Amino acid sequence: MVEAQKYFKFDWITIFLFFLLVGFGWLNIVSASHSGETINYLDFSQPYGKQLMFIFITIGLIIILLAIESKFYERFSSVIYILSMLSLVGLFIFGKNVNGATSWYDIGGMTLQPSEFAKAATALAVAKYISDLNTDIKSIKDQISVLAIVAIPAILVLLQKDAGSTLVYGCFIFILYREGVSAAYLLITLSIVILSLLSIKFGVIATSIVMVVIVLTHHFTRKRKPLIIQPISIILISVLICYGVKHFYDELLPAHQKDRITIWLSLEKDPEKLERMKKTIAYNLNESERAISSGGLTGKGFLEGTRTTGKFVPEQHTDYIFSTVGEEWGFVGSAFVVIVFVLLLMRILHLAELQKSQFSRVYGYSVAAIIFMHFLINIGMVMGLIPTIGIPLPLFSYGGSGLMGFTILLFIFIKLDSDRINQW
Amino acid sequence: MRQLLLFIIIGITGITFIGRLFYLQIYSSGDENLYDDNAIRKVYDYPKRGFVYDRNGNLLVDNQPSYDVMFIPREVKPLDTLDFCNLLKITKEDFIAIYNKAYNYSPRLPSVFIPQLTKEDYAALQEKMRKFEGFYIQKRSLRHYQTTIGANVLGDIGEVNNAIIDKNPYYKMGDLIGKQGVEISYEEVLRGVKGIKFIQKDRFNRDLGPYKNGIYDTLPKQGKDITITIDAKLQEYGELLMQHKRGGIVAIDPSSGEILLMVTAPSYNPNLLVGRDRSKNFTKLYNDSIAKPLFDRGLKAQYPPGSPFKVMNALIGLQEEVVTTEDQFSCRMGYYLGSRRLTACHSHVSPLSMNGGIAQSCNAYFANVYRRIIDKTKNPDEGMDIWSNHVKSFGLGNYLGYDLKIGNKGRIPDSDFYDNWYGENRWASTYNISNSIGQGEVETTPIQLANMMAAIANRGYYYTPHIIKNIEGETIDTKFTTPNYTTIDKENFEPVVQGMFDVYNNGTAYSLQVPGIEICGKTGTAENFMKIDGVKTQLTDHSIFVAFAPKDNPKIALAVFVENGYWGSRFAGKIASLIIEKYIKGEITRTDLEDWILRYSLEHEYEKPYSGEDFGINKNSTLEIVDDIEYKRLKEQLKKLSS
Repeated sequence: MVEAQKYFKFDWITIFLFFLLVGFGWLNIVSASHSGETINYLDFSQPYGKQLMFIFITIGLIIILLAIESKFYERFSSVIYILSMLSLVGLFIFGKNVNGATSWYDIGGMTLQPSEFAKAATALAVAKYISDLNTDIKSIKDQISVLAIVAIPAILVLLQKDAGSTLVYGCFIFILYREGVSAAYLLITLSIVILSLLSIKFGVIATSIVMVVIVLTHHFTRKRKPLIIQPISIILISVLICYGVKHFYDELLPAHQKDRITIWLSLEKDPEKLERMKKTIAYNLNESERAISSGGLTGKGFLEGTRTTGKFVPEQHTDYIFSTVGEEWGFVGSAFVVIVFVLLLMRILHLAELQKSQFSRVYGYSVAAIIFMHFLINIGMVMGLIPTIGIPLPLFSYGGSGLMGFTILLFIFIKLDSDRINQW
Repeated sequence: MRQLLLFIIIGITGITFIGRLFYLQIYSSGDENLYDDNAIRKVYDYPKRGFVYDRNGNLLVDNQPSYDVMFIPREVKPLDTLDFCNLLKITKEDFIAIYNKAYNYSPRLPSVFIPQLTKEDYAALQEKMRKFEGFYIQKRSLRHYQTTIGANVLGDIGEVNNAIIDKNPYYKMGDLIGKQGVEISYEEVLRGVKGIKFIQKDRFNRDLGPYKNGIYDTLPKQGKDITITIDAKLQEYGELLMQHKRGGIVAIDPSSGEILLMVTAPSYNPNLLVGRDRSKNFTKLYNDSIAKPLFDRGLKAQYPPGSPFKVMNALIGLQEEVVTTEDQFSCRMGYYLGSRRLTACHSHVSPLSMNGGIAQSCNAYFANVYRRIIDKTKNPDEGMDIWSNHVKSFGLGNYLGYDLKIGNKGRIPDSDFYDNWYGENRWASTYNISNSIGQGEVETTPIQLANMMAAIANRGYYYTPHIIKNIEGETIDTKFTTPNYTTIDKENFEPVVQGMFDVYNNGTAYSLQVPGIEICGKTGTAENFMKIDGVKTQLTDHSIFVAFAPKDNPKIALAVFVENGYWGSRFAGKIASLIIEKYIKGEITRTDLEDWILRYSLEHEYEKPYSGEDFGINKNSTLEIVDDIEYKRLKEQLKKLSS
């Protein structure tokens, strides 16, 4: 009786939202990968057939994840983390190069992307470390340790030319903040981002002047003035950052990434060049926006999207899957997807706050933050709000590793959460 | 705060995304239709363009196949340009220029690479076509003229330009559209409606099959054949008579308003404006600013009408009851006001009544009549307007409303005109007495004069002149079958008609009589000027003649105008008599007139102003004949025409 009850203690709302996204995602994969022929859903040579298979495998995976004892995840988190890092390192030797990124293992025709699993492993490791009784997250030493745990996978995926995934690891700053790290870290990060964008958009000198004015005004209007050396060093560091970022952008950044930023910040004014960019570097973005825009209020209907059927948006079943939603389901469908994501994320956060163990709470926070970063970057990119960064839409985009990685990430938390309910 | 931060960021992100979606999908999403959707290929099926027949059922214009080399810039793969250029007879620079122009228009849409290949070029190219990726051949149909005459009437078709495409979405790049003549007037009737197939394509431009199984596809609607009112034989005859002259002839059937012929000289062979050489030839014709072969003199040449306009003043005089047919006016080689001669005249019997006035074309007679009309009321303004309204009721002074796209309004002054010119109450009938003899401020075009003749022939009404006789399965516009009445009563026409008849009987056209046909006519000469090196210089008068025949139940009314032909019966009158005889009898008995017209050329007269030397006009000009070879050629053409 007790055993039977236990299974119904899972958070069914989260599970429902999960399947809603996976199911709707699959419908859009069908649209994005078919080209007008009759659809055989069990045709495993087609992406939609494969994805259906992955979904079935995922269901099996979920049963296993929920069957495992919760303590297992906490106890073995270090082992899981180390194994996961090794799998990333192994890519340098055994990895398969696809589209310029060495992110895949080729195992008997099936490809596996270890970076998709590394996020869950890192989340476990960070949760474990922070929740350790000996850890004081306010101490610099422990902060550096956590940074190292996060930086290792972040740097490894960057070396494999998967810059998008590296960015995702930036989300751990939210977790640290939640766990008590000074807000200064967040503010400094934010300031650096703003300074960088300003100096690229308006130039180093203009940005520096604005910076000087703001800092000095602040300094001289304060009642208790610190030593003058403080504002001056802030200014010096800022100018250095501005200059460094500008130099990096101008000289070091690979051309294709530079162009993406150029387009995003509308820096290119020559209409002829811009037109050419629209056909080359910004082709995906342009087609994606047009596809979304053409959907109108209610969309063209399932399998009726002309741009989707004609495959005008490259990578539409993977990174650009949201443009299919836009074209075929219109504003109504797209807004629905955004709302479901927001609900899912808030539900996870809400559950995380309810956790009694710090491990579960930190882990839950990590789950929400990781999924959120993907959601933010992917949909932002597809709609042209963020420069093009290749990253899948969780639970939605085509890809077995991605789907399984996010399933593991989420369902470990659901399992941990069920424990909270069971701990009477 | 620590617990809420991520919540808030997630919420803001969600709202931002929905806002962006709203902007993209609702705010800035225009009604995207199938035509703008670049995922749908539109394949057009061009219908047959309607044929053109003349009034006797002779086929004038039909179609011939032509092959356009089309291409989609993005899909062009590196190719053997040398081979390709040789096949198309272009240079590599041409190739690059055409490619770049099309790429700038749109890299994704089809553009014309080389339009309208000949059959031979097409055959050579077709074998190798598969080697040139991104290029394909679009079959179109071009015009095929069964005749070498009537270019100004038949017109031509050419590729639409961007301005038309922007204005009328029916037309797409490379489509053909009427450019001149009936081709433009009856463009929509002739062209039909093209069919369209929507085909789903992918981003590599490969066809994936009909869009939604073709539910939006349409079938082409064939263009309709039209019959025009032109008599091709008569037109050809008219053009032959006008060889080596400049001017225009317009002939109308008064009983219907149908335009029987419309000659402008010099003209050109309509076949010049077909196919690949169209734009080259068109430019050549266009740039001939001296002979102006593209200028339709029948419709557009606007000049003072000269003496033919006198009959108008006679009609108004009778209608306003300011003169009777018996009233006589004397003429002392001109019209005098006190001791000042306002209008000169030639020598003839004096005094003259109306009949003699018309037949002898007495200037003094009409100066008197005109002054009586204008001065009938106390205020010349009123008289002027009464006069002006009568004249305008003949269709003068405004576009006639015929179904060809070009023309000129002419000019018929009224009181406002002179008030503007001289100031109110600062002018009198003597100021514009030249209007009495068709000089001064009055200006008309040949088709307006022909129409005026038709109204006189009908004794008081005319049908709007038109070129369309019949549209396959349709009725023509009712405005062409409704009579327009002039403000002159029927009985007032008879004395004027009689006067015009006497022009032939014993008047200025005495020598132009055609046995067996009672012709009514009126000669005219019009002074004209040209600026040579900035100096206004008078040239030899234009020779003008208007006529209709037969006197009762008229079948043809016409106006002939020959530039610098001197007096009316010298060139224009002869041509008018010949055309009338040809149309009514079908053969020519006055072969002496015919020979004379073919023999004499005015080319030397047209060269004078450009020679840079001093030259004589009118009395001091001489006639020149064409050489024997040319004369023989013309005679042969004539023989072919009558067989």
